[in-house]
Amino acid sequence: MTTLLEIRNVWVEYGAHVVLERLNLEIEAGAFVSIIGPSGAGKTSLLRLLLGQEAPAKGVITLDGAPLAPECGPDRGVVFQRYSVFPHLTALGNVMIARDFAGAPLLARLFGARRKAARAEALAMLAAVGLEGAANQYPAQMSGGMQQRLAIAQALMMQPRILLLDEPFGALDPGIRADMHKLIARLWREQQLTIVMVTHDIREAFTLGTRVIALDKQRQDPHEPNRYGATITYDLKLRPKADEVAEETEGAAA
Amino acid sequence: MRWVSRKIGRREAATLGTIPVVLLLLAYVVTAAVRHAANPNDRIVPLPGAMAKALWTLATVPDPLSGSLLFWADTAASLERLGLGLGIAMAMAFLVGLLLGALPPARATFSPLVLGIAVIPPVALLPILFIMLGLGETAKVALIVIGVAPVMIRDLAGHVAALPTEQIIKAQTLGASSWQVILRVALPQALPRLIEVTRLAIGPAFVFLISAEAIASDVGLGYRIFLVRRYLSMDVIIPYVAWIALLSILIDMALVATGRRLFPWAGGAAR
Repeated sequence: MTTLLEIRNVWVEYGAHVVLERLNLEIEAGAFVSIIGPSGAGKTSLLRLLLGQEAPAKGVITLDGAPLAPECGPDRGVVFQRYSVFPHLTALGNVMIARDFAGAPLLARLFGARRKAARAEALAMLAAVGLEGAANQYPAQMSGGMQQRLAIAQALMMQPRILLLDEPFGALDPGIRADMHKLIARLWREQQLTIVMVTHDIREAFTLGTRVIALDKQRQDPHEPNRYGATITYDLKLRPKADEVAEETEGAAA
Repeated sequence: MRWVSRKIGRREAATLGTIPVVLLLLAYVVTAAVRHAANPNDRIVPLPGAMAKALWTLATVPDPLSGSLLFWADTAASLERLGLGLGIAMAMAFLVGLLLGALPPARATFSPLVLGIAVIPPVALLPILFIMLGLGETAKVALIVIGVAPVMIRDLAGHVAALPTEQIIKAQTLGASSWQVILRVALPQALPRLIEVTRLAIGPAFVFLISAEAIASDVGLGYRIFLVRRYLSMDVIIPYVAWIALLSILIDMALVATGRRLFPWAGGAAR
């Protein structure tokens, strides 16, 4: 039951506009946390905090006990609703680019044996998300669902400590969305991921999450609606975490 | 069927597109014929035959003074200046535009300067260029560069800055440094745009080329037009102008073909 991410008394403010207030949250390793709430309740702000895209006005966020740097780093993976993949690279290139960045600081491109190894790794990752047939396609040639699969594969190449999903399936039609739910649930189980997912879809939040967190405003000032921010109003723990699910399924198989 | 929902096929579009051109040519020929019927020595609206003859002489009969075929010498000189000017402007736009677009500190530092240079009418700088760089090739190429580069830089910087934030964030979560983001995310996506802004810069580049040639030169398409103007030689001026238009179209088509071939992902061929 190790705590991976800890948020202590965090506030997010833009000038006089309070978005989030008195936010306290601990996320355990292996959890699948869904974040729901009405529009404007700071779901995306929370995700941006976790991503390091912005710093809190007050409070501390720690990852593995160390304070989170206010810049996006390789320890956190992300899949956005759109524009997550690079349009100028093929599917394979999109997945390999993580190894290019890590292995070649100057040229950002691998050659020879290292390139071959990265290619094999990337192909395996594409197969894991069901894109083995589309390795040489550009994102513009792919459907929305395929692009999101690609974005997930791309993020997983880094083996991130925590994977952040910002309404990843919001733009997909219902059939594809169901397939994507199966995919993300399988990857979460197999790769022991810790996932934080922001969603508008309450069913999705409950079917996928081990824990559902609802953000909303507890205090309202009708004359000054931005005076008070949102905070956690419900924190529902639903079911065991990834490793326990894996143990259960292993136990059942044995 | 409403006009807004009419679909025009390729062949139909070609036919429709020729009609105004043919009508215009016809109107010209009729005007020329009418004027020549009244005055056989009319120089203002020359007949097609006269223009063909003048052009043929310039293209095939060596000039007694210099010994060169003037039409080809003019074309080569002008294309060289244009190519150099556009090439240097492209290189500048690419490097500076990329840095300004990708790095907020660079943008904050240099974009007022680029804006300031961009609003100066380049032809107003021509005397300065001639004084500082002499009357040779350098000043003419420099005028083209100064004329088109700032707009190209600003456009490219704007395009790079407008790349979705999600992509930049994503690259950072994949471990990229600033340099790597520029190299693998911004640069490849700036290249197709560079082709596009260069296409738009061809017209202005010709304007600056011809201005420079008109003022100080001894060879070039613009020089020739302004030289023969003294003799009211419309039979040379009109074919030269048509030739400049044709060159612009050919350069534009070459750029489009290059872009399609090099960047299939940027639309068109990829779909």
